[in-house]
Amino acid sequence: MMQQIANQIDAVVGGGRDRISNFIRESGAVVVFLMDSIRLTFRRPNRYLEIVRHMEFVGNQSVLIIMLTGAFTGLALAYQIYMGFKMVNATNLVGPIVALGISRELGPVLTGLIVSARAGGAMAARLGTMRVNEQIDALDVMGVNTKQYLIAPRILASFICMPLLCAVFDFVAILGAWFLAVKLVDLDEAIFWDKIRSTIEIRHINEGLFKSAIFGIVFAMICCYRGFNTSGGAKGVGEATNRGVVQSMVLIIVLDYFLTSFLRFVEAIMGYPV
Amino acid sequence: MTEAASSAAPEIAIRLTDLRKTFDGKEFVVQGMDLAIPKGSLTAIIGFSGTGKSVILKHILGIYKPTSGKVEVLGRDVASLRPDDLTDFRKNFGVLFQSAALFDDMTVLENVCFPLVEHRRDLKEKQILEIAAEKLKQVGLDPKHFQKLPSQISGGMQKRTGLARALALDPEILFYDEPTTGLDPILTEMVDDLILETHHHRPGITSVMVSHDLDAAFRIADYVAMLHAGKVLLFGTPEEFFNTDIDLVQTFVAKGMKRTKPN
Repeated sequence: MMQQIANQIDAVVGGGRDRISNFIRESGAVVVFLMDSIRLTFRRPNRYLEIVRHMEFVGNQSVLIIMLTGAFTGLALAYQIYMGFKMVNATNLVGPIVALGISRELGPVLTGLIVSARAGGAMAARLGTMRVNEQIDALDVMGVNTKQYLIAPRILASFICMPLLCAVFDFVAILGAWFLAVKLVDLDEAIFWDKIRSTIEIRHINEGLFKSAIFGIVFAMICCYRGFNTSGGAKGVGEATNRGVVQSMVLIIVLDYFLTSFLRFVEAIMGYPV
Repeated sequence: MTEAASSAAPEIAIRLTDLRKTFDGKEFVVQGMDLAIPKGSLTAIIGFSGTGKSVILKHILGIYKPTSGKVEVLGRDVASLRPDDLTDFRKNFGVLFQSAALFDDMTVLENVCFPLVEHRRDLKEKQILEIAAEKLKQVGLDPKHFQKLPSQISGGMQKRTGLARALALDPEILFYDEPTTGLDPILTEMVDDLILETHHHRPGITSVMVSHDLDAAFRIADYVAMLHAGKVLLFGTPEEFFNTDIDLVQTFVAKGMKRTKPN
């Protein structure tokens, strides 16, 4: 009996230890993967065409879905804030509060989640399929640096496109909020825009754009890593895609908190008001 | 049989010396393998499943690093090359993969152009297209298929395209990784003939075919290396295989051969 309990404790402790060591090893591998890719971005031969091709995929093809989610996020958020502020007779602040929430938090986070699901999933699936179909091996033995050809352009394209998509999201979401506030619940349009103008500073928008650029690197890095290291046929591709997307989404949300804290700390040092 | 098989002391293109490989630190997949593949020869590496054929190929291509021992290709120790040098060195290789491994978002012609675009930056676009078309014609692919995607052509055509791509840079060594696996007998014979023809039309090229198709190995190869338990059990000409006293080789050959006898 005692031996059985001891064995079970051993199994639990051993399993936990393995998980932690796996996590550390994988985190290290992902960081090395990223550093390699960044280093190779600036090496010859230049991959401008590949970068543009991936920008078209990550950026251009995500615009519609970003606009759609942005509009409805703005509408829903404005409505909730309107309902709350109506109770304290502060509906004039609906505009700036929505604009602040969108530009600093919801814009970058939702853009990150949507694009990581759409483009990140596609990246992992594409690279995973290339791996199991020996196309990556073929590139390797053709003397093509696969990280430079396949990974670096995807990471760079995501890094460039994410702030642009985030800006689109912010713009459309604020338009959505305007539509609700001015057209549906009859708030004063001049006050709505004036309050936004007097509250929102360029640093608030930059904060969101900065975060979204980081999220772009994060989801591209994780999804590319998962896809690039796929094994086990079609099942492996599915698993790689799933893990890539889920891990990217979780990391974006976790990282958002730490980035926010970091930026507040920097702003405090620089003497900006909250 | 090519000239390489009849020369007295052939120059060596690929040399494995006491090669050992373990993936888990316990079990050795390759256990002290010695192999010397003559330059200009067509060599087949055969053996039962799980004897390390593909592992050997990946060592030669520099995809795997040996646990111990040495892998020399064209006189250079592949395992000691820096990643960038290895990438550069691989321009000497052409590989026809089991699945052909064509890029599915590129047309047949673009697939063959790809290595040229990557490595022959001195060439103009028109020249690259001409070379690629020439390579495709050499492997017997009709120009009407050049603008098709790999998914729109047959398995045999995909193999031809893969071979044309492997030949695009005029490599010194051509590898065939299980080139006929999963093909019907007619297509298998067509691919075998294509390999032989490709080898004969390129004097000096070293061809290495990893296969479990004994018919093909004995029909087209100058030398055959049979692997067993992570070692080379026998390396020699097809005739030597049929005249050997080694029981395991005799059994393998007797069971594996179906349609071809040596000349």
